[in-house]
Amino acid sequence: MDYFEIFGLPRRLTLDEGALQRRFYELSRQHHPDFHQGASPEEQARALTTSALINAAYRALRDPIRRIEYLVRLEEGRDAKEGDGINPKAAPGLLAEMFEIQEALQEAKGGCLDEASLATLRVQRDGLTARCRVEDARLREALAQAWDTAAPAERPAALAVLREALATRAYLRTVIDDLNQVLGEGQEQHVAHHRH
Amino acid sequence: MSRIIGIDLGTTNSLVAYVDEGTGLPCVIADANGEVLLPSVVSFTPGGILVGRAARRALVRAPGSTIYSVKRFMGRGFDDVRDELRYFPFTVRATDGLLRLVAGDREVTPPEVSAVILRSLRERAEAHLGESIEKAVVTVPAYFNDSQRQATRDAGRIAGLDVVRIVNEPTAASLAYGLQRRRDGLIAVYDLGGGTFDISLLRVKDGVFEVLATNGDTHLGGDDLDRTIQVMFLDDIQSRHGVDLGGDAEAVQELRLAAEAAKIRLSTEERTVVTVPFDGFVYQREISRRELETLIEPFVARTLQPCRAALIDAGLGPADIDEVVLVGGSTRAPLVRRRVQELFGRTPHSQINPDEVVALGAAVQAHILSGGIDHMLLLDVTPLSLGIETLGGIVSVLIHRNTTIPTSAKEFFTTSVDGQRVVDLHVVQGERELAKDCRSLARFELSDIDPMPAGMPKIEMTFLIDANGILQVTARELRTGKAASIDVRPTYGLAEADVARMVEESFTYAEADVEARLLIETRTEAETVITHVERALRQAGDLATADERVHIARGLGELRQAREGTDRDLIRDKTTELNRITARLAEAMMDAALRGALGRSGAPALEGPG
Repeated sequence: MDYFEIFGLPRRLTLDEGALQRRFYELSRQHHPDFHQGASPEEQARALTTSALINAAYRALRDPIRRIEYLVRLEEGRDAKEGDGINPKAAPGLLAEMFEIQEALQEAKGGCLDEASLATLRVQRDGLTARCRVEDARLREALAQAWDTAAPAERPAALAVLREALATRAYLRTVIDDLNQVLGEGQEQHVAHHRH
Repeated sequence: MSRIIGIDLGTTNSLVAYVDEGTGLPCVIADANGEVLLPSVVSFTPGGILVGRAARRALVRAPGSTIYSVKRFMGRGFDDVRDELRYFPFTVRATDGLLRLVAGDREVTPPEVSAVILRSLRERAEAHLGESIEKAVVTVPAYFNDSQRQATRDAGRIAGLDVVRIVNEPTAASLAYGLQRRRDGLIAVYDLGGGTFDISLLRVKDGVFEVLATNGDTHLGGDDLDRTIQVMFLDDIQSRHGVDLGGDAEAVQELRLAAEAAKIRLSTEERTVVTVPFDGFVYQREISRRELETLIEPFVARTLQPCRAALIDAGLGPADIDEVVLVGGSTRAPLVRRRVQELFGRTPHSQINPDEVVALGAAVQAHILSGGIDHMLLLDVTPLSLGIETLGGIVSVLIHRNTTIPTSAKEFFTTSVDGQRVVDLHVVQGERELAKDCRSLARFELSDIDPMPAGMPKIEMTFLIDANGILQVTARELRTGKAASIDVRPTYGLAEADVARMVEESFTYAEADVEARLLIETRTEAETVITHVERALRQAGDLATADERVHIARGLGELRQAREGTDRDLIRDKTTELNRITARLAEAMMDAALRGALGRSGAPALEGPG
């Protein structure tokens, strides 16, 4: 049973998040170990694994980006854990653009950057963060809809587009993380995981 | 189903609660003297084990055999606590990664000490409810790791309690609030206790309490504030009286308790005077709230970063939070309230007593588990990422932090050498990339693998974190379908055999005559009063009238005599009597002390920074 099936949903990327949450709560009320405390050990063990499965399904589907990652894994028939399988990869155009930043990053790691260069890196970091947001929005909206409306024959192409966008996004986030580290600015500058 | 009680096993105080079937409401259980809070202090005296108030009194007399704040040592390794050991009057040793506390002439593990506290609460509940109690829900800080949770469960077993659920303290608090007012929204629970700090963000909707993120620091609490004040006192005594009391364990404990009391008073008063009599001089110090706040500000600041991190993990901003709830005695400090208000832009509240709310919530969860409540459901998360060490010491994360529990992850392993029969695994918890920077939980040894060429066996391991936040691991070889045998070596925990032995040994304490223990407690109390009165006479005898001095001398003599006997009631009566006779003298001493302090309050040495 895949995660979409657990919630009785079609394999679609646009979904009613409110309804998903209600269904998650309903299933949890049925299966959570708290409500099976007096049951036999076998039933308790079943409640535990079922509940773990429901939680995993909800975690994968409630967040639009994780939902796409899960769908790509599912369509490709890979049984991988969260975060696996999408290697950070820049689109060819992006790679050339990144060359300068990567070089500055290397220098900074060696500890030889002046205030002005750091300021430039900061501007670049903010630019990439904005770009990452745009990429997120494109994935969540246009690309997700494209998948949902694709005819069966168009699906492999739609899937490839999703996959590439995920790889670009992962790449951007890695560079942003590196920049933040060099700039000594922690997590707070991160593009927070969109959730609700 | 038999009754399940709810226990808040705190760093400073512990409590027990249950849900009254008649009203459906949770209530805390008081002891015979009407006291709800049981100080989490255990004293190992030659005559027997003391717990609670009696043990707390023993702190000043027998600091070397009295254990407090044991929660800080639960599930810990020596390296975790090395830095703070100098502040504790008891010695701590580590053998095989397991901490042992030296109390007098015996060595005890932290779970055994916690078990004494749990047993006392269990007996209290049994006396109150008139039935035997075998099951409990016990709370822990949300940020407790697997070892700390296991240690808590072991403590329950040693105390003869089946810990049917470990619940996170802030979530328990939210249940207590949720039962009271059914209102939906996003709630932040800020829990600053005696030794630990937690922040939990929850979505409450239609009776479901869904934790979105949690963060914290299991070594940050009221204890740290007391210690800072105590260190300031020690320095002050050194400069004003030229005495270094740092090495005097009894004096340090007196100052620690005085620091705690002053901190508590300064939550409601602008300034207060601390008076601690020592042999040869009386230490007096006025302290203002401003001065206190300067001292504790760094600790309060340390709580804000986890709050921000939790907000980020939940994908929320401070403005999204509908309600901020304060839990734990340390949140009574006005500075804490101000900083929390600034962070969330909203007035925090603590309508339910912050000392009791966690125990009440534990009782609610106990009631849910026994089927008494079916409209409420708690969905908690695991606070720390769980991973395994891979090549080069890098951690491969299997379960991310803030994942709703129960949760499970599968991982496949194989062999690297032909005929290899054993595979070793190192499981860690934490957010760092290198295994050595994370918390080592256990090493697993998969053995009895059928000899095959390298890479042929396919072993599937399932890591499951249950609703207690505790890890369970199973493994099977996929080709044969055979369950692999796993040997677990917990890095910082008790082995199964240790727990069984401790359960056995604990029966001998349990069988010890209750009357004998009560006698010890009464004698201890008498001894404390005698010590205090003798010291008062030495230092301020001139404040007493001639008549009083005669009375006091007679009272002292009678109590000393009663103390030698075994008539508990007589000892108690004589103790009360001596307290009564000396009440006026005590007041006169306090007055004199206050006059002294206030009279000199213009002197720079007594001024705070503000």
